[in-house]
Amino acid sequence: MSATQNTRTARAGTTEPAWVRYSLIGLALGFIFLFLLLPLAAVFAEAFRKGFDAYFEAFKEPDAWSAIRLTLITAAIAVPLNLVFGVAAAWAIAKYEFRGKAFLTTLVDLPFSVSPVVAGLIYVLMFGAQGWFGPWLQAHDVKIVFAVPGIVLATIFVTFPFIARELIPLMQAQGTEEEQAAQVLGATGWQTFWYVTLPNIKWGLIYGVILCNARAMGEFGAVSVVSGHIRGQTNTMPLHVEILYNEYQSVAAFAIASLLALLALVTLVIKSFVEWQFERDQKAAALLPPERPTA
Amino acid sequence: MDWLSTQPARRPARRVLPGFKLTLGFTLFYLSVIVLIPLSALVFKTFTLTWEQFVFAVSSPRVMASYRLTFGASFIAAVVNAVFGLLVAWVLVRYSFPGKKIIDALVDLPFALPTAVAGISLTALLASNGWVGSLLEPYGIQLAFNRNGVVIALIFIGLPFVVRTVQPVLEDAEKELEEAATCLGATRWQTFRFVIFPTVAPALLTGFAMAFARAIGEYGSVIFIAGNMPMVSEITPLIIIGKLEQYDYAGATAVAVVLLVISFVLLMVINALQAWQRRRSGAQS
Repeated sequence: MSATQNTRTARAGTTEPAWVRYSLIGLALGFIFLFLLLPLAAVFAEAFRKGFDAYFEAFKEPDAWSAIRLTLITAAIAVPLNLVFGVAAAWAIAKYEFRGKAFLTTLVDLPFSVSPVVAGLIYVLMFGAQGWFGPWLQAHDVKIVFAVPGIVLATIFVTFPFIARELIPLMQAQGTEEEQAAQVLGATGWQTFWYVTLPNIKWGLIYGVILCNARAMGEFGAVSVVSGHIRGQTNTMPLHVEILYNEYQSVAAFAIASLLALLALVTLVIKSFVEWQFERDQKAAALLPPERPTA
Repeated sequence: MDWLSTQPARRPARRVLPGFKLTLGFTLFYLSVIVLIPLSALVFKTFTLTWEQFVFAVSSPRVMASYRLTFGASFIAAVVNAVFGLLVAWVLVRYSFPGKKIIDALVDLPFALPTAVAGISLTALLASNGWVGSLLEPYGIQLAFNRNGVVIALIFIGLPFVVRTVQPVLEDAEKELEEAATCLGATRWQTFRFVIFPTVAPALLTGFAMAFARAIGEYGSVIFIAGNMPMVSEITPLIIIGKLEQYDYAGATAVAVVLLVISFVLLMVINALQAWQRRRSGAQS
């Protein structure tokens, strides 16, 4: 008895009995199924509830197309701006030491913890009719809130930290040695960035960009506050989904929603691919012989 | 290699790489324009209210009911996420089973799926004619259009936070410690309770706080499923929207400031937790 028990415990030193393993796996998969897979499946099931024709009918509406166009335009402005910011912020924070660095890093993260509704509200307070710049904007006939610029601003706010927070830890871990070597060899600042830094951070960069893009295209709360919900003009895809849903056009709402769900799935696939590539590069780098004695 | 020895040692390191002023300047400019100045507009707008007006706006019965719902539901959702997030992270790190890679990728779905889509989809599932709702209806269980719906939407939104903070810590945890515990005669449960759990506890708390913070501000997924009955199932962000739609900008701002202050506090708590976690893992390795 004692002998068999000993061998069993030795084998089971860092794992659990099979029945515990299987019940834990079952419990976890059940939870994932209920909370992740079912909602995802429901989007497509509801979209095709009345067949393919009804599904494609939803995309014949001009309002749907203008919503899709506005979403694409918004992402096309917000993502590149946040990309430039993310790279600049990561360069400043990761490559140099200066006072207040930790505070600056916290400020960069700040938009993540602000409620989307509050994010929308602050732009209404800035540019709305009663806002700081409201009278001036009205006098010059510029519309920001309840128009496209407000939607773009709110989207930039909610997606603000995505790229920066991917790049900062990555560039901090990589240090400045390679850039310093490039400088010593006579490279200009831009050359150093293009040929040394960028190849090193490319996977983190792509990772940040696709997450930023997914959020930019899918943002609802902040955009809802500043949009004004003018059909065909200031409706993004998520807002169009809401309008259709509230008008009991369920199939049309889920048809547009299915596009956004597809976007989410594509995002997850690219993300997994990027993670896989990054790990492969890391492993390859680890296998390389050291270039100099690490004294 | 001659340059190494001739380079003056006192030269500050940051002079070596160009672009410090450019990148820091642009970072501060962009941060101010997009985040800091607009957020300060919120604070200044609040100062146009008298103290009594502010207190009245943020503590009317309907607003108080919304705090109770928002904080209560966010807390319950974050607890559920902590328990199941730890479970999912554990299963993904320690066991192998078919489809593991897909499940691992799927965990991030709530990050990638627009909240409005999650909202209508959960509503369709849980409504009395939905896949899940129709199964529960005969037992008198209603999950949509009430507070249960709020909690369920917030569980969906917060799930990845706990999994993604606990997972890397579990991956890095040293198996030698567990082997040592077993050698010393600990049962598997004791090993988990006294060796593994203390290792992941800071990460678990961080993930819990992140899920909680996210849930408090969440709007898109909740409003479809909540039913939005005043005093019963109306969340605080919706109160802000309601006040805005009545052109009560000052009232909306006052409630927004309350949410913002709570966000700040939670952000600092999360930062402190992460520092704790770093110290923990630093002390171990």
